[in-house]
Amino acid sequence: MARLGDLASVIRSKNAGPFQVTIDIMFADASEYRRTLESPRFTSAEIARRYGIAEEDVALIPFERVRAIKITIPRRWGSRGSGSAGDRDVYGAQQHGPLVDLEID
Amino acid sequence: MTDEIRIVSVNGMLGYGYELESLKAGIDSKPHLMGCDAGSTDPGPYYLGSGKSLVRTDQIYRDLKPALVGAVRNQIPFVIGSAGFAGAKPNVELTLDVVRRICREEGLHFRLGVIRSDVDKATVLRALEMDEIEPMPGAPSLTRELITESTHIVGQIGTEPYIAAFEKGAQVVIAGRSCDTAIYAAMPIWRGFDSGLALHMSKIMECGAQCAIPLAPNDCLLGTIRKDHFLVRPLAANRICTPESVAAHTMYEQGNPFLLYEPEGIVDIRGADFTQADRQSVRVSGSSFAPTPRLKIKLEGARRIGSRAFTIAGARDRHVIDNLDVIERAVGDAVQRNLNPEVIRAGYELHFRYYGKNGVLGELEPSMVSPAEVGILIEAIAPTEELASYVLSLARSSYLHCPFPGRKATAGNLAFPFSPSDFCGGDVYDFSVYHLMNVKDQNSLFPVELETI
Repeated sequence: MARLGDLASVIRSKNAGPFQVTIDIMFADASEYRRTLESPRFTSAEIARRYGIAEEDVALIPFERVRAIKITIPRRWGSRGSGSAGDRDVYGAQQHGPLVDLEID
Repeated sequence: MTDEIRIVSVNGMLGYGYELESLKAGIDSKPHLMGCDAGSTDPGPYYLGSGKSLVRTDQIYRDLKPALVGAVRNQIPFVIGSAGFAGAKPNVELTLDVVRRICREEGLHFRLGVIRSDVDKATVLRALEMDEIEPMPGAPSLTRELITESTHIVGQIGTEPYIAAFEKGAQVVIAGRSCDTAIYAAMPIWRGFDSGLALHMSKIMECGAQCAIPLAPNDCLLGTIRKDHFLVRPLAANRICTPESVAAHTMYEQGNPFLLYEPEGIVDIRGADFTQADRQSVRVSGSSFAPTPRLKIKLEGARRIGSRAFTIAGARDRHVIDNLDVIERAVGDAVQRNLNPEVIRAGYELHFRYYGKNGVLGELEPSMVSPAEVGILIEAIAPTEELASYVLSLARSSYLHCPFPGRKATAGNLAFPFSPSDFCGGDVYDFSVYHLMNVKDQNSLFPVELETI
């Protein structure tokens, strides 16, 4: 068992436009990349649960060439897009938080 | 056709700075184009809504002067895309003011092309009625009110209007809101190079040396496009590009790492090959391109939704920290009870954020650790600054003195760092429009104006 934040060399989030947030998880080592992808705990359903969204709204895209996994989800904060009323993270730069402590088999 | 086109990206954001040595190395490479991206939606809707720039005018001046002077004196075409941050009319005007000031100081003369990106509300309303408009992924739907209430609506300019500016003899192009790729891809596409390679190279170049190691959005990058490949190289001697740093950068800020959606079509980078060409350069080939069957332009609009007032305070008492939810509900009720009916009718919002507990993630916060102290941000949004300040003042005093079961520190729930405690945060906007609109002719939507400086 290891935490995703310890396995990854980069784990970051950022706006992909005002209405989506995209999370990049990069690995220094191919075995850690595969271990994460193959882990039964690392699923669209678990990511959806952690962000309080529907599973079909999670786009999980492995990018083997650079040992990275991209996750794109709808923005959770703001009445209408980033920087609107009630936002908590205008750039979406700290929205990877719910995944950092995810336990990977 | 020339064998190659060399392009210098001055930096990833005009105003963020760059190394003058890198700029000199770029000019010494005798490029066919120099450019920089000057905008983004990342900092939110305020800059489009208000027409102001996130980057201060002095920063724009400082970055623009050596680059513009170097380009014009060496007869290198120079472009700025998304001028003044959001690319609406006032944003473009503030950039033009800086350009004219530099030209006066340095005695520069050239043909200037200005491309406006403002889209008339009547055009957007007509597109809505004709069902010629669709939301971007994740964006809510559009209404007539959202369009009419927008202070500015801009469209993202693609490569064609830039090409029109070059064809008309513009040596310097200042453009409103632009697709990041159009800034660098227009010249090679105009000169007959492959669109897929040109757009892919431009996607990497739009962030300056962000694709390099050490990464730096605030430094220069050289892109060289040839018949069947392109090369990228950082212009600072201490930086390098590697196949992985460049490939990884392609996924940055993109919802999909393999497909770049541009008005011209879709670039598919799944077949792209990244190899080390020399110590600093990476060679990229194999990105393919499918032209769009129907031209769609991305629209961005912002509308004012009110004014903001806020206060920040700390709580160090465990009983307060354990009862934040209880206090928040009681404060909300107290404010509602104490406001005049006309203020309630005008509408207001109260937001509470608890830094140290879940300020960033709200209900998504997985950590349940009870903090020793919590930073409390109380925010009021109302139609006017006066009303927002009034609502906030009520909320602040209610919070300070709010009773709750088990309260022991009966003198006050909050530690304020400042006197006065309350601040005005200015106008609040939202993204009223973030949609794709079917467009027949980009050049008539984004006309080029020419002037001689």
